[in-house]
Amino acid sequence: MLFLLAILVGVLYGAAVYLLLRRNIFKLVLGLIFLGHATNLLLFVAGGLTSGFPAFLRNVPGETERMADPLPQALILTAIVIGLGVTAFALVLVYRFYSVTKTVDLDELSENE
Amino acid sequence: MESVILQIAARHMRPLLVILSLVVLYRGHNEPGGGFIGGLMLGAAYILFAMGFGVQKTQKSIPVSPVILTGIGLLLALASGLIAVLMGHVFMTGEWTTLFSGTSFELKLGTPLLFDLGVYFTVAGMLMLVMFSIMEE
Amino acid sequence: MLVLPILLPLFFMVVLIFTRRWLAFQQIFSLLATVILTFFSAMLLIDVQQNGIATMQVGSWIAPYGITLVADLLSAIMLVTVAFIGVVIMIYSPGFIDKGRQSAGYYPLAFGLLMGVNGAFITGDIFNLYVWYEVMLTSSFVLIALGGSAEQLRGSIKYVTINFVASIFFVAAIGILYGLTGTLNMADLAYKLRTIDHIPYINSALMLFFIAFSIKSALFPFFFWLPASYHTPPIPITALFAGTLTKVGIYTMFRFYSLFIVENLVFWKTFIIVIAGLTMTIGVLMAASQYDIRKILSFHIISQVGYMVMGLGIFTVGGIAGAIYFTIHNMLSKTNTFLAGGLVYQRSGSYDLKHLGGLYKASPLLALLFFIPAMSLAGIPPLPGFFGKFFLIKGGFEAGDYVITGVAILVGLFTLFSMVKIWNEAYWKKEPENIKHGRVSRRAIAATSLLALAVILLGLFAGPVSQITLEAANQVVFPEMYINAVLGR
Repeated sequence: MLFLLAILVGVLYGAAVYLLLRRNIFKLVLGLIFLGHATNLLLFVAGGLTSGFPAFLRNVPGETERMADPLPQALILTAIVIGLGVTAFALVLVYRFYSVTKTVDLDELSENE
Repeated sequence: MESVILQIAARHMRPLLVILSLVVLYRGHNEPGGGFIGGLMLGAAYILFAMGFGVQKTQKSIPVSPVILTGIGLLLALASGLIAVLMGHVFMTGEWTTLFSGTSFELKLGTPLLFDLGVYFTVAGMLMLVMFSIMEE
Repeated sequence: MLVLPILLPLFFMVVLIFTRRWLAFQQIFSLLATVILTFFSAMLLIDVQQNGIATMQVGSWIAPYGITLVADLLSAIMLVTVAFIGVVIMIYSPGFIDKGRQSAGYYPLAFGLLMGVNGAFITGDIFNLYVWYEVMLTSSFVLIALGGSAEQLRGSIKYVTINFVASIFFVAAIGILYGLTGTLNMADLAYKLRTIDHIPYINSALMLFFIAFSIKSALFPFFFWLPASYHTPPIPITALFAGTLTKVGIYTMFRFYSLFIVENLVFWKTFIIVIAGLTMTIGVLMAASQYDIRKILSFHIISQVGYMVMGLGIFTVGGIAGAIYFTIHNMLSKTNTFLAGGLVYQRSGSYDLKHLGGLYKASPLLALLFFIPAMSLAGIPPLPGFFGKFFLIKGGFEAGDYVITGVAILVGLFTLFSMVKIWNEAYWKKEPENIKHGRVSRRAIAATSLLALAVILLGLFAGPVSQITLEAANQVVFPEMYINAVLGR
């Protein structure tokens, strides 16, 4: 399970970087979303997936075997909330950019001053 | 784009979703749920309504504007922290009280719930603010 | 008491949200609010200086289980400086920003930004630090796009993307660090790093942190986003960003280096000094080729961030004290040059040096208001820029880092060149034919004068201020005090 999730994190990061490098501005936002989710999953994997390692109590026989560590999940929840805020803002930004410039091409972003 | 099906559905769904969001908010303390998810549901209820009837009509049907809703949320969150200070404890300490204890309607209330209510309003307000600004052309 | 730097801006923000229709009230209230904030920050500084590091366990959860707020001298100094910059910006803004932007939520957002910045300065918990960073960044995202001109939107998309990527690095590093050590409290982490012999992969996490903060504080090679976005919003917003945002990154680097770097000291020292040298050189060289006042000043932010990081790389009490003094000086002087640039814009309708000229003859006051911070940045005594560089270079020589010290001196000369270039083109050159004669707002002049006065005072009282920065540097170089204060040992 851990191995699969690790690969999934890698695939998500790869997809995110690919999307970030595209010229289409909506794909840029999609890339940001992917990047956020890849990191949330990374927190989940890195913070300890298995039960038996609750927060602060390490190796107490008979007590900790059935407990999971709730802290990474709390962290992910916070990261998701923040990611939601940033994504929502990025969407509005991109939409406004589109309605002002009538283009979704990032190359039009470069300043021709 | 006017769709009768969507309009009728949205009109009947909205109160149901609002009630459901409150249920999710309350059960968030000991079970999955909470202010954030509840707030998203509250926001979604009004966004659904706006999809059927348009943003202007929706904003008229809400007693407060989304910005004020966000402000109320932040104020509640601030108050939940300050209650502990008034009781002589450190800022943000959880203060709990039980209403109707001993009866079958036992209700446990505390400042973390108030904080969650603040989150609930803030999230719903922000979500509506963002979505309405995209939806109105 | 310790929670006030976060609570007050939140409270002010809520009040400003409810009163968003009354612009005149917002203007006066914001000014009053920042004055109150400065007062309480100064009280905190005095308290910390007299009674040592202040801590508070939020929600009565004891460290390392809950979130701790900590203020040592470095945090308190930064709090006071940021709050004072807030006062100046709030005097300046009504005279510069158009009514549309002001009533679109400028004031509440500015307090959101201040809350995030203050939170980042006083939190003692690594994940909480991330949350404050996001509070600060989200406010800055909206501020930079406020008004929504095409140029601003262009700048905002770059700004949002790169900062989001930096935040991702930050969270990933937090996740890995938590997986490795099982704690998020900064003091507890530092304690564990010092007592547990060797933690595998710890360098990966630390390097991820370093990348995140070097993007946020615009270090080489991650500086390109700053000059591409900072010049787009109205100048008070740029000035607020220039005075606060990159410095939060620098502050965090100081804190992290002091607490978490316990292995591979030689590598980290060399690495940071090389980065510092490249940052300051490339920033100043790129500034020399620009003709837009805002862009020249933006590239100078990068160059001067290099000086602060140089002090960090030296990592002796003298070097860090110099870097802290330099940071205070830079926050004030940099904001001041941007505000003076705004005055030029109000007077002549342009930021482009090619279309400017004759301002010295037309308005000696405007010339003086630019001259003071510009010469301070260039490092002319008795202005604070001179003392900042002097302390840094002295620290560098004492530590035996001759190469970086030589680079710093050379970069100082180039800085002088850039400032003289703006001076020659905008103030001294003959006035071009079709120049606009705008009216300069009195409030804007008052704000810029107040800040210029603060810059001069910082230079005149360099002695007493450097005493405090030396104490602050002592707490940074020897983090045992910080760790013990938080963990209550």
